[in-house]
Amino acid sequence: MPKQSPLFEFEDHWPTQMGGWFPGERVVFRGKDLFNELKGLPWMGLLLYGITGRFFTDNQIRLFEGIWAISTSYPDPRLWNNRVVALAGTARSTTALGIGAATAVSEANIYGPRPGIRAIDFLFRTKKHLDAGGELTTWIKKELKQYRSLGGYGRPVVRRDERIQPLLSYAIELDLGDGPYTKLAFRVEQALLEGRWRMQMNIAALIASLSADQGLIAEEFYNFVVLCFSGGMFPCYIDATGKRGGSFFPLRCSRITYDGKPRRNWTSVRPVSEA
Amino acid sequence: MTTEQEVIHSRIWEEQAEADNPFAAAACYCSGFDVYGDLLGKAGWIEYLYLLFRQEPPAAAEARLLEGLAVAIANPGPRDHSVRAAMCAGVGGSSSASALMAALAVGAGQLGGAREVRLAMEGWDQCGEDLDAWCNYLLHPPCNERIDVWPEREHPPGFDPNGVSCPTPVRQTLDYLMQHSPGGSLKWLREQRPVLEEKTGMPLAMTGVAAAALADLGFTAPQGEMLYLLLRLPGAAAHALEQGEYGFRRYPFFPKGLDVTNDPGPYTAN
Repeated sequence: MPKQSPLFEFEDHWPTQMGGWFPGERVVFRGKDLFNELKGLPWMGLLLYGITGRFFTDNQIRLFEGIWAISTSYPDPRLWNNRVVALAGTARSTTALGIGAATAVSEANIYGPRPGIRAIDFLFRTKKHLDAGGELTTWIKKELKQYRSLGGYGRPVVRRDERIQPLLSYAIELDLGDGPYTKLAFRVEQALLEGRWRMQMNIAALIASLSADQGLIAEEFYNFVVLCFSGGMFPCYIDATGKRGGSFFPLRCSRITYDGKPRRNWTSVRPVSEA
Repeated sequence: MTTEQEVIHSRIWEEQAEADNPFAAAACYCSGFDVYGDLLGKAGWIEYLYLLFRQEPPAAAEARLLEGLAVAIANPGPRDHSVRAAMCAGVGGSSSASALMAALAVGAGQLGGAREVRLAMEGWDQCGEDLDAWCNYLLHPPCNERIDVWPEREHPPGFDPNGVSCPTPVRQTLDYLMQHSPGGSLKWLREQRPVLEEKTGMPLAMTGVAAAALADLGFTAPQGEMLYLLLRLPGAAAHALEQGEYGFRRYPFFPKGLDVTNDPGPYTAN
């Protein structure tokens, strides 16, 4: 074990290249003056600069905004994360608490950033395998055997993902829809459909491939998608606060179907003398 | 409604409605016990907590062990990451919920947090009381795992990568809980602590003790993760309120602590 704590070095000392505030004077943001060098940047451009340290073209920024707008901004309060916001509204909590909690809830297994990074990771590894002369169908079989699913393919509720066509059209409009990862994503879907798997591409694969084609690596992509659902969340909160408190899909007592232990008495199973 | 209504399935909770309002419960049953007609006034909070997670009341020894753990971890103190997060809410006058959400978000982590407890409990599931298996689990993180939102494991779960020796409160907690444990994990951990610390090069942490206690209580790793999150909130809440009273002017800001190593200096147009 070390003879002294490795924390001494950091006591009152946090070296950083990410930036800081010089009170009453200026702000440095990843080596740039926020008020002067970054003042014209759209919010998405600043977000991506904060995540990657790189600047993106206007069309790329529009694509990243389009990914959020088209793919992940459903103002449907039944969706799990949006439902949290709607419940916050109906319970008369605050917007920030609802959005904060719902954003955390978005990090799920069946949707959100986790399937997203699995999709981009799968595409990176697949391309590497193919570039090295590997064969696609064998690779898919190996992945399915190892992980039992493919990141970005298959969808739990409906097989066809209605977001793919509008997002792809938008990407093509911006001349950003035919990069190597996007082509690969569709090639994988084709292989899945031609094989016996019956799995269609879901939006995670398209978002991941479009982002990979713009140069995002997996960790950057994860950070980029963390806030992607927020556009659809605010309407859910506003709607619920505009209606009667407590009225969001109320549940009567009989809507709980109990299948646990039969009725019993506490003192019969936990005698006072045992306490 | 004409279509069949969807329902919530539960092994934990059952309700009977009031005669005049189907949306208000006249009686609530937790795992078969009438909560307000029987449990209230008879069951202790820790017993009820155990019942909620396990759907059976705890034996006296189990209740004592869980209560001991709850006391030990209720307040990690104002230097702890999760409590500091809660105090950031407190000093700025943020909402109470945000203080606890901050404590949960930070206290969820793999370094000193609930995720570390979960990983250590998975170690108990995989290794039991097999020293070689434990050494392998601690020193060789599972490889070929699927990429995830959680960062990769950086240190053996249950041990402190920033520690120098096992802190007294950790040893005191281990000693106390071991004496009151109906299981063997805590006893084994106490016996093997020197070997495990030598192998990992790190002292045992409170997360490691908590994981052993939760394993002795028969909780699953996800249950243990959840309980560790929940049971550490009292200190975060109290300290957030306390710092709200002191105010931000009396709370560290580290005014000279930030070292922006790529500061371009004041902006000049040229």
